[in-house]
Amino acid sequence: MNPVEARALLARLLRRIAPEVDLATIDPAAPLQEAADLDSMDFLNLVAAVYEDTGIDIPERDYPSIASVDGFVARLAADQSPSASGPRSAEA
Amino acid sequence: MSLTPPWPTIRKARWPGGVTPNVVDYDAARAAFTWEAARRDLDGLPGGRGLNMAHEAVDRHATGLHGERVAVCWLRRSGEVDTCTYRELAEATDRFANVLRSLGVGRGDAVFTLLGRVPELHVAVLGTLKNTSVVCPLFPAFGPEPVRQRLAIGDGRVLVTTPDLYRRRVAPVRHALPRLEHVLLVGGDGVAGPEGGLDLAEAMATAPGTFTIPPTDPEDAALLHFTSGSTGTPKGALHVHDAVVAHHATGRTALDLHDGDVFWCTADPGWVTGLSYGVIAPLTHGVTCVVDEGEFEAQRWYRVLGEAGVSVWYTAPTALRLLMRAGPDLAAAHDLSTLRFVASVGEPLNPEVVSWGQDVLGVPVHDTWWQTETGAIMIANLAGCDIRPGSMGRPLPGVEAAVLARGAAGRAAVRHGRVRVVDRPGVEGELALRPGWPSMFRGYVGDDAGYAASFAGGWYLTGDVVRHDEDGWLWFVGRADDVITSAGHLIGPFEVESALMAHEAVVEAGVIGVPDPVAGEVVKAFVTLAPGHEPTDDLRLDLLGFARARLGPAVAPRLIAFDQHLPRTRSGKILRRLLKARELGLPEGDLSTLDVPP
Repeated sequence: MNPVEARALLARLLRRIAPEVDLATIDPAAPLQEAADLDSMDFLNLVAAVYEDTGIDIPERDYPSIASVDGFVARLAADQSPSASGPRSAEA
Repeated sequence: MSLTPPWPTIRKARWPGGVTPNVVDYDAARAAFTWEAARRDLDGLPGGRGLNMAHEAVDRHATGLHGERVAVCWLRRSGEVDTCTYRELAEATDRFANVLRSLGVGRGDAVFTLLGRVPELHVAVLGTLKNTSVVCPLFPAFGPEPVRQRLAIGDGRVLVTTPDLYRRRVAPVRHALPRLEHVLLVGGDGVAGPEGGLDLAEAMATAPGTFTIPPTDPEDAALLHFTSGSTGTPKGALHVHDAVVAHHATGRTALDLHDGDVFWCTADPGWVTGLSYGVIAPLTHGVTCVVDEGEFEAQRWYRVLGEAGVSVWYTAPTALRLLMRAGPDLAAAHDLSTLRFVASVGEPLNPEVVSWGQDVLGVPVHDTWWQTETGAIMIANLAGCDIRPGSMGRPLPGVEAAVLARGAAGRAAVRHGRVRVVDRPGVEGELALRPGWPSMFRGYVGDDAGYAASFAGGWYLTGDVVRHDEDGWLWFVGRADDVITSAGHLIGPFEVESALMAHEAVVEAGVIGVPDPVAGEVVKAFVTLAPGHEPTDDLRLDLLGFARARLGPAVAPRLIAFDQHLPRTRSGKILRRLLKARELGLPEGDLSTLDVPP
């Protein structure tokens, strides 16, 4: 996944969880939860949606690294996990 | 029905940290307890001028050696740590009280806070109490509509908030709040502020650093906390300064606070727990409070517990279940050896979490029960006593509880003003409390009828259905009404339905809680569409976003379904109970008043 794809993924998942958020208006360096008005449950749903959509499993200890738009994009763009796209291909 | 609890009782073989709990013999403690004696544990204002929460919480500890102890330790989102001693907190709250006085804000005037967990929150709360004004905290995850409703009902004259929260939560509804005169801004950025805006730091810098608390009657209004019912707008439960007697007493009995403790209450001070036990109760004991500005994050929380050396921890089932999910390895990487007592509140604590605490934290989790109206913990599993996992515990010293027989509507049956107490163990009924404890609410603002309806036959009716076992332990069964408990927050379905019905595509909405393994319940809305609107996924997302923008994430539904035939009574009321039964595949019960197409 390249950074453009990672950002598009975030936009797509946010639309499912918090459709009122416009990613274009969010400071990419700011804490995402605060800037997008996500509570802890929303954030966990986001992490779960990443897994469902891509097979990328972000462990608890990495949550701080995806706490901003920039962090999210960097983390997903850098993901090398072999399971990536696992659930999707399993369904296909 | 078997009355034997499925989980074995946890017996305390040792006292963690070698500290003997404040209550070891439950029956003796109950027999010896009186509220008069509990009141004597407090100082009262000098010169017999009454009883003021802020004096008990701050000023009485602010001189001498105790004044140099850390009162609050704030872990900022940035990673920085701010601390404030009791002496410093006394001075800051004096300054805040002087700011209010200079604005002409006085006794009984409502001062609202809409803030994250920042130092200014403690200062504003305690400074307001010193000024004998009334504190009303708002949860910062509320959207503009819940904020507007509460400010209007509570007649807020002053709001303490940040420029960012003001812009997002208040500016869209400010035109509907003509009574709001002053907005005290925390972290003002110098940009043109709102009408009535004042930079708090500047105002405090020029205000005098000493303030004499005016005479305060124990029955003077002190705290206003909003809660939700099945119907109507949020209810503002009013508490008086005398409530501090219960905050202090329960800090001792239910939270087992000892001198020198480091105490962390994870609840946001926008809710009654975060204010009563995150601010007032621990400070009346002169201990050190930890406040974490950040949101829940498993690794961060373990680090806080370990690095801050937390000894007493008051948290919520949702958070504990999230920690469970994060796995034991994360906990094992942190030194939790200072942790002596863990308690939980907000929703029923499942037994798995109680014993998980024992295994992973090193101490079991103690469930406690109370509600906004009770103002303080009423029922609890105690540090010095056995735990029956899954039980709410037993009534605290000073609290008389009963289970009342229920009538057709699910609430306690009242005949000619009388109720019937259920003595037989195992029988479900409505939990009731005998009025007389100091932190009992003194009214719902602007709703005398609602207040009067909360009492019957000499009891306060809690709206919770429970049963008791042979030994007097209470077991939570469910709500007697339609109120939803999600992540420890009470949510009124009517508030959510009203917000959805403001959308042009919606003619009607029915809102219920559906079970969730982490949050206990999540809010689900069933909506009936107006003619000309199709039940598409795009419309569903539009409604979701619409509700979130108005209500904020804490209140908005997470699930929305379309339903053109919502079940209703013959009088036209939506039957939420039936919606829920259908959703959960439960028996639908008595349908005699139902009017629904077959």
